[in-house]
Amino acid sequence: MSARRLFLAGLVLALALAPLVLPPQFVTALTYIGLNGLVCIGLVLLTGVAGMTSFGQAAFCGVAAYATALLTVGQGWSPLASLPVSVAATALVALALGALTVRLAGHYLVLGTLAWGMAVFFLFGNLPGLGGFNGITGLPAIAIGGVAFTDPRLVHVLVWAAVALAMAMASNLLDSRVGRAMRSLPAEIMAESLGVPTARLRVAVFCIAAILAAVAGWLQAHYVRVVNPSPFGVNASVDYLFMVVIGGTGQLGGALLGSAVFEAIRTALRDVLPHLFGRSGSYEMAAFGILVVLLLNTTGGGMMPYLSRILPKPAPVRAPGSAGPLPRRERAQPGQALLEVRGAVKRFGGLVAVNEVSFEIRTGEILGLIGPNGAGKSTLFDLLTGVQPATAGEIRLEGRRIDGASPRAIAGAGVARTFQHVLLRPEMSVLENAALGAHGRGEAGILRSALRLDRAEEARILFEAQRQLDRVGLGEFAAQAAGHLALGQQRILEIARALASDPKLLLLDEPAAGLRHHEKARLSALLRELRDEGVTILLVEHDMDFVMNLVDRLVVVDFGTKIAEGTPASVRGDPRVIEAYLGGAEA
Amino acid sequence: MNATIALILLQDGLTSGLIYGLLALSILLVFLVTRVLWVPAGDFLVLGALTLAVLRQGEVPGTVWILAGLAAVTAIVETWRAWRAGDWRGWPRLIALVVVPSAAAVLATLWLAPQNAPVPVAILLVLALVTPIGFLTYRLVFRPMVDQPTLTLMFVAVAVHYVLTGLGLTAFGSESFRSPPFLPGRLDVGFTRLSYQLLIVLAVSAALMAALGLFFGRTLWGKALRATAMQRFGARLVGIRTESMGALAFTIAALIGAVSGVLIGPMTALYYDSGFLVSLKGFVGTVMAGMASFPLSVLGALLVGLVETGASFYASPFKEAIVFGLLVPFLLWRSAVQIRTRGKGHE
Amino acid sequence: MTSLLQARGIEVRYGESEAVRGLSLAVGPGQIVTVLGPNGAGKTSLLKALMGALPCRGEIRFDGEPIHRLSLEERAEIGLSLVPEERALFGEMSVADNLELGGFLRRHEDARTRREAREEIYRLFPRLRERAGQLASTLSGGERQMLALGRALLARPRLLMLDEPSLGLAPRIVREILDAIAGLRDRGMSLLLVEQNARAALRIADYGYVIERGAVAMEGSAADLRDNPAVAATYLGGSAAG
Repeated sequence: MSARRLFLAGLVLALALAPLVLPPQFVTALTYIGLNGLVCIGLVLLTGVAGMTSFGQAAFCGVAAYATALLTVGQGWSPLASLPVSVAATALVALALGALTVRLAGHYLVLGTLAWGMAVFFLFGNLPGLGGFNGITGLPAIAIGGVAFTDPRLVHVLVWAAVALAMAMASNLLDSRVGRAMRSLPAEIMAESLGVPTARLRVAVFCIAAILAAVAGWLQAHYVRVVNPSPFGVNASVDYLFMVVIGGTGQLGGALLGSAVFEAIRTALRDVLPHLFGRSGSYEMAAFGILVVLLLNTTGGGMMPYLSRILPKPAPVRAPGSAGPLPRRERAQPGQALLEVRGAVKRFGGLVAVNEVSFEIRTGEILGLIGPNGAGKSTLFDLLTGVQPATAGEIRLEGRRIDGASPRAIAGAGVARTFQHVLLRPEMSVLENAALGAHGRGEAGILRSALRLDRAEEARILFEAQRQLDRVGLGEFAAQAAGHLALGQQRILEIARALASDPKLLLLDEPAAGLRHHEKARLSALLRELRDEGVTILLVEHDMDFVMNLVDRLVVVDFGTKIAEGTPASVRGDPRVIEAYLGGAEA
Repeated sequence: MNATIALILLQDGLTSGLIYGLLALSILLVFLVTRVLWVPAGDFLVLGALTLAVLRQGEVPGTVWILAGLAAVTAIVETWRAWRAGDWRGWPRLIALVVVPSAAAVLATLWLAPQNAPVPVAILLVLALVTPIGFLTYRLVFRPMVDQPTLTLMFVAVAVHYVLTGLGLTAFGSESFRSPPFLPGRLDVGFTRLSYQLLIVLAVSAALMAALGLFFGRTLWGKALRATAMQRFGARLVGIRTESMGALAFTIAALIGAVSGVLIGPMTALYYDSGFLVSLKGFVGTVMAGMASFPLSVLGALLVGLVETGASFYASPFKEAIVFGLLVPFLLWRSAVQIRTRGKGHE
Repeated sequence: MTSLLQARGIEVRYGESEAVRGLSLAVGPGQIVTVLGPNGAGKTSLLKALMGALPCRGEIRFDGEPIHRLSLEERAEIGLSLVPEERALFGEMSVADNLELGGFLRRHEDARTRREAREEIYRLFPRLRERAGQLASTLSGGERQMLALGRALLARPRLLMLDEPSLGLAPRIVREILDAIAGLRDRGMSLLLVEQNARAALRIADYGYVIERGAVAMEGSAADLRDNPAVAATYLGGSAAG
């Protein structure tokens, strides 16, 4: 048993035994830490993992709490029977709200959830049948198999069992195909180009966070046996956000740490401040505000990073020694036209960035697309990868039109790309970054991953990722954080990630930019090897040295127009190319 | 509903809509120049309103101590920062900016408040006390965080809102305040009677908006603020200091908040924590204008005011829910635009 | 000769990679110095570092005074100016407002002097006068470049740094702009010109540096560099650098 598992087991045991030892007010505090922690786990997934945030978590708790109150008090349901209905109702609301706002830039989500939180709070207080601001009383206690959870100590155990389950499922989820995709969400362009449906996944994360809040709301409703609007206002939502900011949004543990620290400080302030100021008022608001400002001013990462330093570390993700194959794409014969560009045009207002450019890429070759700065190379690259739609012209992959298709669809069709400014998830391991490339070759969903039913497929994905890392020579760095690699290695990691998608065509955007001499030589050798193994490569590059000795054919563009095409030797002697590179303003 | 009620509702809606509009302006200004979501906008309104109410009772408002404390802490922290960086250039000027206006406002209030200062003097004191708090908040909290991600800035803004609310509680207690009206009654204009309060709010907010329009459109500093908002690097290249612009934006925002507080004071009873809800309504206005246009934000806020008044007449318990529900069609529209243009990423 | 700008051992890093590696250069008063080199050689990073828009290591002296600790805005105040590759115009403001803000640092001078300075820019680029009321974002590439140049000149800098002034422009306009730049030198301004249009740059420059992979590969008078075949090789690849 690893040190970490031992620590976790000890933690669980201590929490289970706590009610037998601790005085009641501590048990109550611990129960609330658990309830809040449950909500915070969702917020960490939302804020720390997916880069979104919400001021509506307390409102989600409230929806579930009121739902179960109506069903149990009004309809006589048992709490257990009302759990799935209450949670489903909350999830539906979250789905609608998420679909409305999640696509928009961060601020709209913030304001949308704020407005929703406010609106719901006033609805709770004013809708007929909800008991106004006094709420609904007389909720039954939870009963499971004849055991009624009326004793607060039993509720404590139940709450923490739910927390443990949520933590286990959340960490399973993060360590899976979907989890990697979630962690890639803050880099939207990268995620889409790897085939991740970012909008849908965002809504999904939003719903997961709402479901965790709903479970907390349900537990709390049957714990205090009363439901009224006050714990579900925007202030409570802000408290949850403060908890995760204090704990740290980078790790799941931050959710529980933040919840615990928040509760401890709140209790301390309530006891101490009146003595200091000789007046009982809630100074805690101001004190919490100052604390959060100080924490964000100094670290920004919350307190969890400090705690992690002394806790046993989790084992890094490793690929299995062997695993079955992932599905592969069918491939055309070498020499056939793979990608055809016919009369591609891109206009920005009056400016023609790409003007009637036509060329083709044949299976099994390395084609270089070069031109001076501002010639339209990057725009052309954007057209090929679907980042921008062409104004006119056709782009076909194996005869099928891909112009106008989204980056995700083009990735799905078998075109993998790298980025001029390296786009990796620096905090994820090299292996996990490579595994992101194979996202489109797996299908395990959120539930399968959270329940650990995805292991066979996960093994195949990790095995494939490791295979590609070995292929490009990064195998030994698999467990390192990708951010710790040198830039040259990061570029090669991007290539490994692209290869993991089993692409028909590999598009490289200025792969040599910023590399040192020996790094370029290594990259050049790697690309040649890949070509010999049958990979088709298009590279956009301005480093002539690098291109000349590498590619089979070259296409040269200037002022958005193709000015030359052919072998490196023929292009180098072309007077129009020399003119384009050295400038012709002498005349 | 008869025409009389409709006209009165329209007046009330316009009055509160104009005040939300002023807040919307301060929110948008701060957001565009510094990327901070100005959640505490409403707290400045509350500070303004409560300070005026206390002054008009002939007492010294707690705002004096908030300002004095904040100025002292800022002066100490800035001195410490200068010492740590070993860089004393600009320190004397900064300390003067921090200390002099605050000290002047505090001393003037301590001297004039017990003498039951006349209303215009009281209003000037309110502006002099509340405006520097914006500047100090920027220096103390936000300026060192300019490079932080927007999400972090937003958390800090919420935390600052908490601090201001908490300070408001210590300064004013938990009871509500309402200033006496500047001019009671209504003006008979034939077909209806216009409340003087509306006329005052209309005149002051129109004057303030016109002044802001002139400031942004005609003056060098106003243009510099807009330039910073639209092209930060370009602004720095022509020598505009980002931090001066941030300080200016926060100061103007605080001034707008104080003026709105003076205006709203006689209209409704306010508590130390009423600011959040008012901020949110300003936000709804700016969000409806796509968080980009000043005039459209004011229009959005006017709509919020009108809908709120209408809702409070027809479905009083649900007026807040209805106001925030205004966002739904707007968000749908933005979402549709976003999908069509296939927006750029978040990083 | 004492240099107006003297940079020694400049290093610029992006995370793990170095964009500029121990580069030294000098610009004398009233000189046009050009920095040539293939794309990605570190030219833009160099200019941004000199202006204070990127952190760097090494020593930078302006007029003999070390300026390393000065912020971008403070360097602008003492007479450095940069026209960046992306131009960084105020797109939603009129041409006239852009120019007015160009004179931000001269705001303490009286209104007539400032108006006269703007008139001079309009005489230099008459097309800007025609477009004075138009939003900067509606200008063509050449007009943008003129506006960026005009905006920078209104601060009356002592050293003007230009990043790729010919980028994406038709040859006729390149000529027009380079002639304007040469005219500035004749009025005593110093210029540091980053260009990939090597021939055009060497035509107007006094001195040139060819940089490769963030370091100086070659330097000399413009006349020498014009005739040097190795310069052409740097651009077209496959040279001794290999």
